[in-house]
Order: sequence, then C-alpha cells, then structure tokens
Amino acid sequence: MTASRSLVPAFRFLALSVLMGFLLISRIYASAQDHTQLNAASDSVSTPQGEAESHKAEGKFNAGEMILEHVVDNHEWHVAEIGSLHLTIPLPIILLYDGRIYTFCSSRFHNESGSYLGFKLEKEGPHKGKIIRIGSQGESAESIPVYDFSITKIVLAIFISTFLLILIFVSVANSFKRNRNKAPSGLQSLLEPLIIFIRDDVAKSSIGEKKYEKFMPFLLTVFFFIFFNNLFGLIPFFPGGANVTGNIAVTLVMAVFTFVITTISGNKHYWIDIINTPGVPWWLKFPVPLMPVVEIIGIITKPFVLMIRLFANITAGHIIVLGFVSLIFIFGAISAALGVGVSVVSVAFMLFMNLLELLVAFIQAYVFTLLSALYFGLATTEPEHH
Amino acid sequence: MHLLAILLQLAGDFAAIAKMGAGLGAGIAVIGAGIGIGNIGKSALESIARQPEAIGDIRSNMIIAAALVEGVAFFAIVVCLLILFI
Repeated sequence: MTASRSLVPAFRFLALSVLMGFLLISRIYASAQDHTQLNAASDSVSTPQGEAESHKAEGKFNAGEMILEHVVDNHEWHVAEIGSLHLTIPLPIILLYDGRIYTFCSSRFHNESGSYLGFKLEKEGPHKGKIIRIGSQGESAESIPVYDFSITKIVLAIFISTFLLILIFVSVANSFKRNRNKAPSGLQSLLEPLIIFIRDDVAKSSIGEKKYEKFMPFLLTVFFFIFFNNLFGLIPFFPGGANVTGNIAVTLVMAVFTFVITTISGNKHYWIDIINTPGVPWWLKFPVPLMPVVEIIGIITKPFVLMIRLFANITAGHIIVLGFVSLIFIFGAISAALGVGVSVVSVAFMLFMNLLELLVAFIQAYVFTLLSALYFGLATTEPEHH
Repeated sequence: MHLLAILLQLAGDFAAIAKMGAGLGAGIAVIGAGIGIGNIGKSALESIARQPEAIGDIRSNMIIAAALVEGVAFFAIVVCLLILFI
C-alpha cells in the first residue's frame, strides 16, 4: 500500500511524458508527409530503390553488413522487417552548417537522388553514414564542415534509458524518505543492496571514509547508466537493442568525466607523486626525466583504457551474438534443412552468449566504477604519518 | 632476396596481406589473454583450496583481475578491427 502511494506522482509524471512523447513523434510524422515509413499501406510503394536492393539483393544475405549495421549508429531506427514491410522510425536531423541550423526528418532523404536542401546522407564510400553538403550537380562540396547534432538511434536510446533511470531512482529516493525507519519494500529493496554495495565495497574501500561522499553521485550515476544501457542493448526489440555503451563516443565522454574529476580533485601529494615519484632511483628523474614522462602519459592512458575496455567488451559481445544469428541464415541459404539443423546449435550458443553478456554487463559497469573510484582515491590520498 | 622480390610482385596490392596480418594479430593477442586469465584462475583456485572461508573475497578479486586482463586483449581486437574495416 505504501509502495503504490509513493508511486502515484511517478505514474503521473510517466503519463505526462508519454503523452508529450506521442505529441512529439506525431509531429515528426506529420512533417514527413510524403515518405512516412511507419505507414504500412504506402510502404511497398515508396520504398526507394537503393534500400530494396540492399535488403533483398537477389536473396543474398550479407552477414558482415548486417552485423555492422546493428553495431554502429544510424539516423533512423530500423525496428522490424516483416516480410517486405520495413518498420523504421525516422529520426530528426539537426545540422549546423555555415552558421545556420537546419532541422528536418530523416525520411526526407528517401527520394531518388538521396539529397535534401543540399545535404546528402552517404550510403557508401569513405563518408558512409555521414551527412555531407553537396553542390548543385550532386558532387560533394566540403569547404565548410557540416556539424551533425541529430537525434540518432543512440541518442534516442540514451533519452529512453535516462528517462527510465530518473523514474526508477526518484521513486526509490521517495520511498526511502517515506520509510526511513522501516524495512524497504518494492523497488527500493531491489536497488538498495546495489547502492550499498557501491558505497561500501567500491567507494569507501577505494577513497576512504572521510572523502567518499563527494564522489558518490558520480560513481552511482556511472554504474547504473552503464549497467542499464548494457542491459537494454541486449534486448532485441524496440526500446532496447541500440548499442549505446558500445559506441566509442559515449564511453569517451564518460572517461573524460573521470579524467576531469581526477585532475580537478588531485591534491598536492598527487601531483608530487607524479612529478617526483617516491621510491624511484634518482637517475630516472634527473638528467632525462623518464619517470615523470611515463607518469604524465599514465594520466591520459588510464581513462583511455577505461573507454576502450567498455567499448570493446560490449561491441564484441554484440558482434558474437549477431554472428551466431547470421550463421543460421548463411546455412539456410545453402539448404533449408541445413538451416534448421544449424539453428539448434546456434540458438544454444546464442543463449549461452546472452547469459554471458548479462554477466559482462554487470562486470563492466562494476569495473568502470571501481577503477574510477580507485583513481579518485589515488588523487585524494593523504600520505601516511609514521 | 630474389625470392622475396618475386613474392612481393605476386602479392600485388597489400590489402590482402593486411587482412591476414589483422587475423594473425588477433590470434596472437588472444593467446596472451588466455595464458593470463588461466594463471589468474589457477592461483584463485589454489588459494580457495588453501583457505575456503575467503572464497567471497577471492572470487571478486579474480573477476576484477580477469576483466583487466581482458581489457588488454581487447586493445588488440580494436586494432585488428580497424585494419579490417577502415
């Protein structure tokens, strides 16, 4: 009873934002009057030539291309393909070119020349997947760079998962305030052990009793953001299925935050330990400062490794699962019976890999958080007084 | 040297050799990761056998060390993927 009472404001918030979301999406559809791809009736007529070729292509199944398509970012969200019916959600494109901002729906690019308002979404070649400016004859005119701030598939997935995170954690915080002296129940009892785990085993043990509280918001945010986005990437259908943490830009931003916080909160002893590392012989520091150079490179490489580790783990897991799926289709193209036989083995391996990916989702979030906490602890450490 | 010159001529452009290099690089890196994680597992099992009541601490430390070693192997995967696809 107390759980449902505490969730009523959260439900109101949810209903309001779902309503706003519907209004926003319907405005996007209304602005793309000629080529709304989510409209089933017009789809078989308006599917442009290039897309039909890349999807059906004389029945040939290109595994590498399918895997790459699912792993990289995209300007529209391909939800499902039922027979010859392509369900995609066209996403808004926001460009900054020559001091002016252009916004339009990505389904405007689905005409036969592929260009709209002088911009073109390249489908192959060195600029594949990027939006470039083309001149009047259709050649590329790249004198001024085009800055792409579009809501792509990964940005939309980040919005969805952030919205869910805010919803869940605001309701947990409210129920904690309400039940301060009672045992937790409901969602709070699910998340409180994780939060206590991060506070005790990660923050307190790495940063120390006195200073860990300043860093707790960042550590908790990073942990739950990575964990939830890893889990959503494993869900194969609509709100999940976007490879958020496997995008190197996302992990780059998180690693930059760790680097900035470490550098800002570094105290005098941290910098002294970098320039004049204790316990190292003097000839490594004095005429040719080898040790300080190594330590300064170390300041940059530690967050860089954080970025690469998360990106490569998640992307590799998705590639492996998608590879098993394409194995079924490759063998199925040879003969249907072979496809069925392979599918038994393939589904078993896919189950195993997905379970392993669940474990990896948690472990990678935990390792990122733990290493960030360790770096913060190193930056704020007080020397021991003997 | 003459043989090498003939082989270089036959190879033509080096894109195919680059791909083979990527495959070999990934394979060799995985050997290193396998040996590393195998060592971690071996010492974890030995210490659990010596002191079974510390199994929780040992297990979490083993997983952390394995994730760090795997991170190094993933560097090699990223470089090889860059060679293959860019």
